[in-house]
Amino acid sequence: MSERTQGRRYSSAIASDRLDQWPDEHTGDRALLADLRSVLGRDRARAEPLELSLYARDAGHQAGEAAVVCFPDRGEHVAAAVDVAVRHDRSFVARGSGTGLAGGATPLGRPILIVTTHLNRIVDVDADARVAWVEPGVLNLDLSRAIRHLGLHYAPDPSSQAACTIGGNVATNAGGPHCLASGVTAAHVLAIDVVLPDGTEVRLGGLEPDQPGYDMRGCFVGSEGTMGIATRVAVRLTPNPRAIRTLLLDFSSIDDAAATVSGIIAAGVIPAALEMMDAEITRAVEEFVGAGFPRDAAAVLLVELDGLEAGVAAEVDEVSRIGRASGARTVRIAADDAERALLWKGRKSAFGAIARIAPDYYLHDAVVPRTRLVDVLRRVAEVCAGQRLTVMNVFHAGDGNLHPLIAFDAREPGIWARVRDAGDEILRACVEAGGVLSGEHGIGIEKRDAMSLVFGPDDLDAQARLRDAFDPAGRANPDKVLPRGSRCGELGGAPPSADGEGTWI
Amino acid sequence: MDLIQAEEEVARVVGAASRVDPTGGGTHREVGGLPPEEATVVRAPVGVVTYDAADLTVAVGAGTTVAELTEVLATAGQECALDPRDPTATVGGTIASGLSGPRRPRVGPLRDQVLEVRFATADGRLVRGGGPTVKNVTGYDIPRLLVGSLGTIGVLTRLILRCRPVPASVWWGVSDDAPDAVRARFLRPATVAWDGAVTRVRLEGHPADVETEAAGAGLEAAEPFTWPVGEHRGRASVAPGRVVELARALEAANGVRWVAEIGVGTVHVATDSEAAFGAARADAQRCGGWLLREAGAPGLDGFGIDLPNAALLARVKGAFDPTGKLAPGRLPIPESPSQVRGEVRPS
Repeated sequence: MSERTQGRRYSSAIASDRLDQWPDEHTGDRALLADLRSVLGRDRARAEPLELSLYARDAGHQAGEAAVVCFPDRGEHVAAAVDVAVRHDRSFVARGSGTGLAGGATPLGRPILIVTTHLNRIVDVDADARVAWVEPGVLNLDLSRAIRHLGLHYAPDPSSQAACTIGGNVATNAGGPHCLASGVTAAHVLAIDVVLPDGTEVRLGGLEPDQPGYDMRGCFVGSEGTMGIATRVAVRLTPNPRAIRTLLLDFSSIDDAAATVSGIIAAGVIPAALEMMDAEITRAVEEFVGAGFPRDAAAVLLVELDGLEAGVAAEVDEVSRIGRASGARTVRIAADDAERALLWKGRKSAFGAIARIAPDYYLHDAVVPRTRLVDVLRRVAEVCAGQRLTVMNVFHAGDGNLHPLIAFDAREPGIWARVRDAGDEILRACVEAGGVLSGEHGIGIEKRDAMSLVFGPDDLDAQARLRDAFDPAGRANPDKVLPRGSRCGELGGAPPSADGEGTWI
Repeated sequence: MDLIQAEEEVARVVGAASRVDPTGGGTHREVGGLPPEEATVVRAPVGVVTYDAADLTVAVGAGTTVAELTEVLATAGQECALDPRDPTATVGGTIASGLSGPRRPRVGPLRDQVLEVRFATADGRLVRGGGPTVKNVTGYDIPRLLVGSLGTIGVLTRLILRCRPVPASVWWGVSDDAPDAVRARFLRPATVAWDGAVTRVRLEGHPADVETEAAGAGLEAAEPFTWPVGEHRGRASVAPGRVVELARALEAANGVRWVAEIGVGTVHVATDSEAAFGAARADAQRCGGWLLREAGAPGLDGFGIDLPNAALLARVKGAFDPTGKLAPGRLPIPESPSQVRGEVRPS
């Protein structure tokens, strides 16, 4: 059995949505549910076993349990739900589509789970100012689709963009392949209407280029739901480039591919996207999609260049030349939009392709300095070989953002321990190479206890101070991001995790 | 003394002082609130610590001047997009002041350039926030908290900044067409500066692109824009869509010289009289924005408005500097959250 399945056992604690049938230990929840229903409406606050089970986890590997799941469809209802949380002295957790991989939306400590997917209106689009106001439940790709006719797009493009929400993107400061040149979510969020953990409503940031005082907007982005809940977000829209070229280069060694990455950057070219796939994932993708990726390549690079026609043409030549000089066997330049789309389909279907290899996978996310990519990839391969695990790499090479993906069959006895140990060792290797724990997925529960690998006690204390200034009562998404003991003078030791099996690294 | 020792010394001095005045190149001393009197002057360490051009990052002592950093990076054909008006500004002073440069439409605001910060806290510790990689969501965004904090959260000692290739080609052109129409002709202009008479555009990038775009837009080659000069100066910040409205108001006023960054919403203002500066500030506020003092106007407040979200800001300030000893006076934050009545609600 996988941990995925084991987690569901906690949902049996509440047997029925009928208040009179709730077990005694959850009597407080009855009043909570009743109050939430009185402000949100009966259907918008639920506690049936099915709901609680469906919302017990995000796309990460650890389950928790909410007391009540709420589905507000208006911003003021978010504030009302938080007010109820304050009145009942309960914690709350915000959740978008639940595509997060780090457990950031997993409910710990029987909180109120506030699901934002019904807050899904694009409120206003100002094409001249290139700004859109959206509710947090708007899907990332839906926003870009809605503004396509204006010649604009929303730049951050996580691989889950068809399913993930803007609110979730804000919470994790999401990235994506095209963030190499255009920056991650933080660079595209101008203002956020937020319900703070005490129920106060504030606007952080603004449409003016600068606000006096501290950059609270900047602090909120990437805070993984621990500083409040966004009810409306103003995002920057980006004009579509006039020319785009996508290249596929294939190599007989990872070293050659990595040398090409370094060569491109050293030549002063910053591609819109610069992605690497290793031999295993390239083969898997090719069998899955048939995009014409060479099955015998040790590594392929997907390079996208955009901008204006002349410069892009020159950069295509430059990248081709650097690739060939570094040992590229072939340089394929997509002839048209259809071929471009096919190449990207190969890249973005990578995770679907894994299913052909093993039923389960564990996807990591860490960043190392670009110059250490080859060393770290070698170390990742050694670690996984040592644990007899299949590992594949598909990642944002341009910014050093690794995504080692361990494919396995969770039915195999003892496999989770090996997967966990390998993940732990990979993270350590990344940190030793001067890297960080996460490039775009966040810390959540998954990497909370690894924070001390990269930050000392004083560094963590400073982060805790900032968080506590937003949330003095510790009400918003407790036990995420910072390990216990982060505050100076606080007792150390990790809290019991949701499934009693310790924290996943 | 190496850099780490120098940082530790800064932390020791900051921890021991009762009032701290973090000081760099002296170019941003009048930005916002004025520096405290009778305070211990603290200067950050100087020097480029590590520079790896292939990683597009540089670690630098906060006391290094932007001019010196620029010189080092130029050896590898790179730059940091800090762009202070006066390059004798230090890196730490530029970041702490939070004033983005005029190439913002292309390179992004100042806050996007900082990857990692190290700073001395009020109680004398050295704290690190952020990380050395170009992409990072490991923990809270402490670097962005420090950008624009005017020394009131901690004293910056070292930073890791994002580098970028120096543009292969730079070109300035001029047009007397309406500024927004001029801006719309370009994909990624670096600057679109309008002074009421003409719009000057800075293009950066591949020489072939710059040439084609300049020719297609019908602009003539020209000199760069010049900053408005005057004893009293500052920058207004309004929504980009209201720049023209503000500009018309400034034009109607007496003795206000200005240049507006089109598409950004920053309007640089200079006057010879404090009264004219105050009038320009009133205009900015009528347009939904505010006007920050950068120099002069000693009789006026640095910001002209109450800081938004004062209760939250006070809690943040209190968490890092409970006694208010760091750069007192430079940001008008109430001393304790209890002094704040009510929050600013979004309109």
